[in-house]
Amino acid sequence: MVERRPWLDVFTHIVLLLSAVALLVPVWLALVAATQDVAGVNSVPIHWLPGGHLADNLAEAWRRGGFATRFTTSLIVAVGVTVGKIVLAMLAAFAIVFFSWRARVLVFWAIFITLMLPLEVRIVPTYAVAANALAPFQAILDATGLTGLIETVSGIHVALQWRLLNSYPGLILPLIATATGTFLYRQFFLTIPEELVEAAKMDGAGALRFLWDVLVPLSRTTMAALATIMFVYAWNQYLWPLLVTTEPERSTVMVELSRMVPRGDGLPEWNIVMAGALLAMLPPLAVVVLMQRWFVRGLVQTEK
Amino acid sequence: MAAIELAGVSKTYGTNAAVREVDLALPEGAFVVILGPSGCGKSTLLRMVAGLEAISAGELRIGGARMNEREPKDRGCAMVFQNYALYPHMSVAENIGYPLKVAGVSRTERQARVAELAAALELTPLLARRPGQLSGGQRQRVAIGRAMVRRPKVFLYDEPLSNLDAKLRVQMRLELRRLHERLGATSVLVTHDQQEAMTLADHLVVMNAGRVEQQGTPREVYARPASLFVAGFLGAPAMNLLPAEVLASGDTLRLADGTLLRLPEAVGHRGAVMLGIRPEHVEAGRLPATVEMVEDLGASVLVHARMPGGAALTLHSPADAAPARGEEIGLDLPPARLHLFDPASGVRLPLGRIPASQRAEDGLFVTSASL
Repeated sequence: MVERRPWLDVFTHIVLLLSAVALLVPVWLALVAATQDVAGVNSVPIHWLPGGHLADNLAEAWRRGGFATRFTTSLIVAVGVTVGKIVLAMLAAFAIVFFSWRARVLVFWAIFITLMLPLEVRIVPTYAVAANALAPFQAILDATGLTGLIETVSGIHVALQWRLLNSYPGLILPLIATATGTFLYRQFFLTIPEELVEAAKMDGAGALRFLWDVLVPLSRTTMAALATIMFVYAWNQYLWPLLVTTEPERSTVMVELSRMVPRGDGLPEWNIVMAGALLAMLPPLAVVVLMQRWFVRGLVQTEK
Repeated sequence: MAAIELAGVSKTYGTNAAVREVDLALPEGAFVVILGPSGCGKSTLLRMVAGLEAISAGELRIGGARMNEREPKDRGCAMVFQNYALYPHMSVAENIGYPLKVAGVSRTERQARVAELAAALELTPLLARRPGQLSGGQRQRVAIGRAMVRRPKVFLYDEPLSNLDAKLRVQMRLELRRLHERLGATSVLVTHDQQEAMTLADHLVVMNAGRVEQQGTPREVYARPASLFVAGFLGAPAMNLLPAEVLASGDTLRLADGTLLRLPEAVGHRGAVMLGIRPEHVEAGRLPATVEMVEDLGASVLVHARMPGGAALTLHSPADAAPARGEEIGLDLPPARLHLFDPASGVRLPLGRIPASQRAEDGLFVTSASL
């Protein structure tokens, strides 16, 4: 449908412009604030034009936040989560689309329902598991009386313990399960013609061979789209890293950034905080810019 | 020896039977065509031979060995799909070489075999291209190449020509036949196109509703259809089928309008029958009919006529002597060319062959509705 009404054109453009302004003004303010000194950033009315202290502020933020190690931690976590999500989503969708087994529909809906259960909702049980990843097994052993049995027989008290707090697995694993990714992959796999699957069977390729030789190369654009979304998601995680990293040395960029926010009667150095925020924005920005072309293609899927 | 044997092979989906108790022995080295309307189970049958569908009941033997439980790759079959099913991200060379790569053949040998095949299929200049950059006919050849590369004993084709345009289809048909003769392997092709079936087959199998209706050489099946279904399905334009009645004497037929036809010899059946005659066998004679429509086929014309009793007949007529619409013409139904079928079961009723000398008009007489 193509509308040919000039006033509608004007209206849509106004809406678009307003939205763009609403999105860009905070970023601009952050940029401006990062270029001021302490006096400039706290002056009333606020400055709308950049000052000359950008480099100083960036260096100070980098030093004060210990960003060299924070960035490493955050990058490892974000890349780990992204890779983990892609692998898990691809394998889950592969099982759901290409194999017929009894519980297939049930499992699919179970995954689907987890869309309604983000990490924030299940944060307490997730933390309990992270504190001791083997706790559920211990509970099963206790409930079935096996713990007591083993203790009476061998004299060994079974107390399973695997702490994930302050570790990379603890930061990464709880964020890996992804209904969105599984969904995106499922949609892509459903577009693969049945004949292609059968041709691979006739050619002697097993399931994993088919996955590796055919599905992985064909899903490169889907993978890029998913990677972009998930990298940004993982990089921006705040609540979970805050909970699971009790030692400051282990915290991520986002957690560190929140610690830099001046509290109480401290010096209100918002210029440093904003410089830190600018630094924290760079990696996601780079990923989006680099992946943009692939990203759009992966979501639109015109290339077949 | 039969290359492929099916004994009581069935396929059921829940309570739905797609293929019912098919017994077939497909001769070694033959070009077998399975023909049938869509939904008759012909593709399911082929896919069971390939191993892409599980066999619900019965036994499949290839080269004498039971195949029911074997994986597709272990059956010695290669398949060409309707939509070619080429891997879109691989080049032509990679596509053809893929079965060898999976089988763990070394790179140098793979390249040698791909090059050899590409030369035979005239694909050499296209080896570096992707399937998306090829025409339909070229893709078809790549698909055939991928099937050939493992040197299978059996080639399975699932409607391979139906996505090509008419001219290319005829060309590829010839190419398939030539290829078959050169390779000497058994080929099984599934199609709903009767022309394709007639021209390609050494051995024709006609299927309907999950059952084999008839099999034999295309000539046999065309000349002596075993059932009403085969009679109506094979041949374009279709065979004329007229309701008629065998009178008590057993050698006289009465058509719906009362016209009497003498059969060359008595048949055992009495009462209602279906009388069949092919359009090309209707001759000029004394049976009155009115021309309702004339279709120009180029080489000849197809005349749609109606007999006084309301029975419709189509017949071929030379293009330069075509009757006009509404014209009264005289027809003859030569007894030697008649087919009789039981209208209830559809089974062909045996009708003795008659010597050519008797094939004249005295085999038939026309009266008005009296006896």
